[in-house]
Amino acid sequence: MLFLMSLVVFAIVYLIPGDPVDAMLGQEAERTAREALRRELGLDQPLWQQYVGWLGRVAQGDLGRSIRAQQPVRDLILDKLPATLLLTMTAALVALVIAFPAGVIAAVRRNTVVDLLAMVGALLGVSIPSFWSGIMLIMIFALTLGWLPAMGYVRPTTDPVAALRYLILPALTLGSVMAGAVTRQVRAQLLQELGRDYVRTARSKGLREPGVVVRHALRNSLIPAVTVLGVQFSVLLGGAVITEQIFAWPGIGQLAVNAIVNRDYPVLQGVILTVALLVTLVNLAVDTLYVVLDPRLRLS
Amino acid sequence: MSSSTPASVSPERSRSREAPRHRALGRLARSRLAFIGAAIIGLTALIGLVGPAFITADPVAMDFGALLKGPSRAHWLGTDQFGRDELARLVWGARLSVTIGAAAVALALAIGLPIGALSGYAGGVIDNVLMRCMDALLAFPALLLALGLVAILGPGSTSTTLAIGIVYAPGVARLTRGVVLAERPQEYVQAAHALGQRDRWVLVRHIMPNCVSALLVQASVNFANAMVIEAGLSFLGLGTPPPTPSWGLMLNEARAFMSSAIHVAIVPGVAISLAVLGWNLLGDGLRDALDPRLVE
Repeated sequence: MLFLMSLVVFAIVYLIPGDPVDAMLGQEAERTAREALRRELGLDQPLWQQYVGWLGRVAQGDLGRSIRAQQPVRDLILDKLPATLLLTMTAALVALVIAFPAGVIAAVRRNTVVDLLAMVGALLGVSIPSFWSGIMLIMIFALTLGWLPAMGYVRPTTDPVAALRYLILPALTLGSVMAGAVTRQVRAQLLQELGRDYVRTARSKGLREPGVVVRHALRNSLIPAVTVLGVQFSVLLGGAVITEQIFAWPGIGQLAVNAIVNRDYPVLQGVILTVALLVTLVNLAVDTLYVVLDPRLRLS
Repeated sequence: MSSSTPASVSPERSRSREAPRHRALGRLARSRLAFIGAAIIGLTALIGLVGPAFITADPVAMDFGALLKGPSRAHWLGTDQFGRDELARLVWGARLSVTIGAAAVALALAIGLPIGALSGYAGGVIDNVLMRCMDALLAFPALLLALGLVAILGPGSTSTTLAIGIVYAPGVARLTRGVVLAERPQEYVQAAHALGQRDRWVLVRHIMPNCVSALLVQASVNFANAMVIEAGLSFLGLGTPPPTPSWGLMLNEARAFMSSAIHVAIVPGVAISLAVLGWNLLGDGLRDALDPRLVE
């Protein structure tokens, strides 16, 4: 799987039209200088050798050098990655804090006004693109009310309070889409569980409704909901590209967009590979979480 | 869902096989969500396809005497920073959005359907190789993969369409494979083989009709996502190039002027959100109507 992912990433950059040597030296450069650089970069080798060489370097953590910044791509990514992780993790937290209570209340109060409001909110969450909700949040909370900064980033280690103020709007923007999707999933799963025989048994034994919902039904409905979290993390990382542009958030999404604009393809290659690895790691974590949530998997 | 019936099957059996489909259509017709979604989609498509014929204003014509004007009789939705008519740009943007969405969904089906069908039907090594390739593509966030593909293909509407189509093809392939895998051991497939029908005929004529329900739901969700990605790429300046009216591009340009003329940010934002809402509502309605678990 990782091998195929690396092939995709390698192919993306290999298929991009234009000569990397032109991008680095310009089309007016002397032939000898061009050939020397071509040899240095290994571009004179057959394609499979280029791939094997690139894969070997990647395995050692060498993602190449940025054509524009003239720095190792790994350093650029490591510099920007914490900001992206802070944004996506906070957005995921915001989404969970909104989605789980909303989904549970909507399921428990099925077909009431509360359910309707929660579902309309969730539907709007998944339908309003982050690039519009972000702009509207800036308009309301930064430009009109002046409560929060419109854009920018402060490292949490420098000034935690200022960092939080800068984080709120981007995290809300990015988290709202995930919140909508997870709310719908939690509600649907919980409704399914609440109709099962073991819930009826629990109720007939005289257990109070909150206990039936939280201790029995909710726990069983968590497994499909966790699956959605895994999928949504991939969506979050994709969405971070746009959110980082809106809020001038210096993460790897912004790095990717700038890399495309500047035709800095080693950076684009590095970012795509890093994100794909992150998604794979999160999916692995989700698989592990299944075992924690479902005792049957532990026993089997 | 049913497979096609051999000529020898009695009318009663044929009717009983058609019944689930009719029940599903009945549920779909009664679904308020699906109705609202279909109405929004119909309106967007109508605006996109027919609207430009009724709009006299040129969507790219600048009028420096009417910069960032609010809604008026001359410009119903106001003007942008170049004095261009917002309504005209919105209507032409709808055409672009609907066209790219439809073409991307069709492309995703054209790529994903044969791969998924072949994978599910052939099994073995072919299945393994094809599905691992699809899984490798699915590991990338859709927008990021689309960004990479646009970098290869260059910015523009055609590149955007190709990129989105390729991004959503693995999802279609996985879904199709799942249905084919579930149907392959069924008795009607074995009966078709026993009658001497060729593999390709069995797959296309008997198994594939069972994929329609699942693919319809997937296509509606993909259409919504395709519109968002098209607008997102244009918003990032990597999709449709200016001055072609695109909803995402309109929003990107609006960022610098929204404090003085909020309508330039509201008009395209509401349009994108409504269109996506329509497809999501239709997708929900279709899923509720066609989900076999609900049918049972």
